[in-house]
Amino acid sequence: MGVRPSPYGHTMTNRTFVLACLTPLFIFSLAFLALPLVRLFLESGSGEAGWAIYLDILRRPRYLNTLVLTVLVSLATTFAALAISTTAGMFLSRNRFRGRGTLLSVLTLPLAFPGVVIGFLIILLGGRQGLVNQLTPGHVVFAYSVIGLFLGYLYFSIPRVLLTVMAAAEKLDPALEEAARTMGASPYRVVVDVIVPGLMPALIASGAIAFATAMGAFGTAFTLATNIDVIPMVIYTEFTLSANIAMASALSIVLGIVTWALLLIARSLSGSTVAAGG
Amino acid sequence: MFKSKTKLLQLIVTLSACAFLLIPTIMSVMAGLTANYFKGISSGLTLKWVFQVWELYADSIFLSLWLAIACLIVTLIIGLPAAYGLARHPGWLSRLLEEFISLPLAVPGLAIALALLQLYGSMKGFRASWAFILVGHVLYTLPFMVRSILAVLAAIDLKTLEEGAASLGASPWQRFRDIVVPNAMPGILAGALTVVTLSIGEFNITWMLHTPYLKTLPVGLADSYASMRLEVASAYTLVFFILIVPLLMAMQWASARAQRITK
Repeated sequence: MGVRPSPYGHTMTNRTFVLACLTPLFIFSLAFLALPLVRLFLESGSGEAGWAIYLDILRRPRYLNTLVLTVLVSLATTFAALAISTTAGMFLSRNRFRGRGTLLSVLTLPLAFPGVVIGFLIILLGGRQGLVNQLTPGHVVFAYSVIGLFLGYLYFSIPRVLLTVMAAAEKLDPALEEAARTMGASPYRVVVDVIVPGLMPALIASGAIAFATAMGAFGTAFTLATNIDVIPMVIYTEFTLSANIAMASALSIVLGIVTWALLLIARSLSGSTVAAGG
Repeated sequence: MFKSKTKLLQLIVTLSACAFLLIPTIMSVMAGLTANYFKGISSGLTLKWVFQVWELYADSIFLSLWLAIACLIVTLIIGLPAAYGLARHPGWLSRLLEEFISLPLAVPGLAIALALLQLYGSMKGFRASWAFILVGHVLYTLPFMVRSILAVLAAIDLKTLEEGAASLGASPWQRFRDIVVPNAMPGILAGALTVVTLSIGEFNITWMLHTPYLKTLPVGLADSYASMRLEVASAYTLVFFILIVPLLMAMQWASARAQRITK
């Protein structure tokens, strides 16, 4: 901690310099993150119901049904993504073959697709002019139903889960599986007794990531859920159409706390999070 | 025998997942280049729709590029010194600050946007300017920049390097410029590519903050999905893919390169 002359003629200690380095970050996050979030919280209690608004979310059927539906779709997405991405991830990390890199790119590229684009891709699959409707004899349109929403969420969850599972699979010792096999374990038992326990922290972490992302997904819901009440869409309509600012704020706070807590769990288990988007 | 059967099943699942992700993407590219999507590819290939997108939405494309560059500059100015500060002062306070600025990664963009709107919505000049959208983009991308640089700085022996330079009479600023920045370069590059890629694709915050005169590329996309014919919407998506896919691949390459250093 010595005081040294600087080329500009004044002196500056290490400590002041390091503090000066942190100042822009501190000011920016105070002005544009801390204060706005405090305002959001205060606003949630300023409606007619006061702070009981948080009880209203559970008491009023419209909000409770929304909450239940969002949790159910997100859970379905999580389990489907876990099943698909764990299988694909184990396959890609245990086998080396031509085209492996291409498959991996295809499976991870959608990471930076915005939710709206993913919604549109689902419309191309299951909309009125969609692929399925063209290929099948009947009138099959599912893009704007819960199934379409589920497929959209699955689309952005597969890459996220895959990356976390593959990182963990690289650390899993293939010799353990080999040993189980030579001792006569069936492929099913190898999966249940060796692979799944070894991957468990990664599975919980990536499951939490998938669930949190699906809960908060706005872009995909915005394109597909025109008639489906999921939390982000209800926040959006409460704010823009009903001008019910207090309820929009309260739902945002609840949603924010849930997704933040889930991702905290995910990070403590896997050390990294591939969140964001949807 | 069992082993190959399991492998076959795994391969089928992997290929199905690839098909699910890839087929609609290819369809959207084809639809953007087909004269009449309903009649199919036999109606001929055309660039008509791409030109129409350019006429209708060129502004939104330029706004997104401009915002991405501005966002990169701001996240560098704030993030690079901050990452250095956090690396030099590892403690619970630094952890807390890092955790706090990472909130926009975990909290949905919609909630962040609502918070910004309620505090600054009444400041009309600021609310209606591109700077308001920029704030949202910086909030969302800053943690990526800080963490990317911090990971690289944490992996090198910064303290010894700096003490050596200090004993030769280098000021804190000289050490920052001549030791910290060159050493952090792989992290800066990975962070920069991540910031630009995410800023160009950001929708959740931007949709709430945008005005009718300030539409970014993803906002324009949502607009075209709702009101344009399928071919135009697809052509616009194609333009977006052409912009974002090379960036995304560069970002993955740079992140892998930076990660090798931190190991």
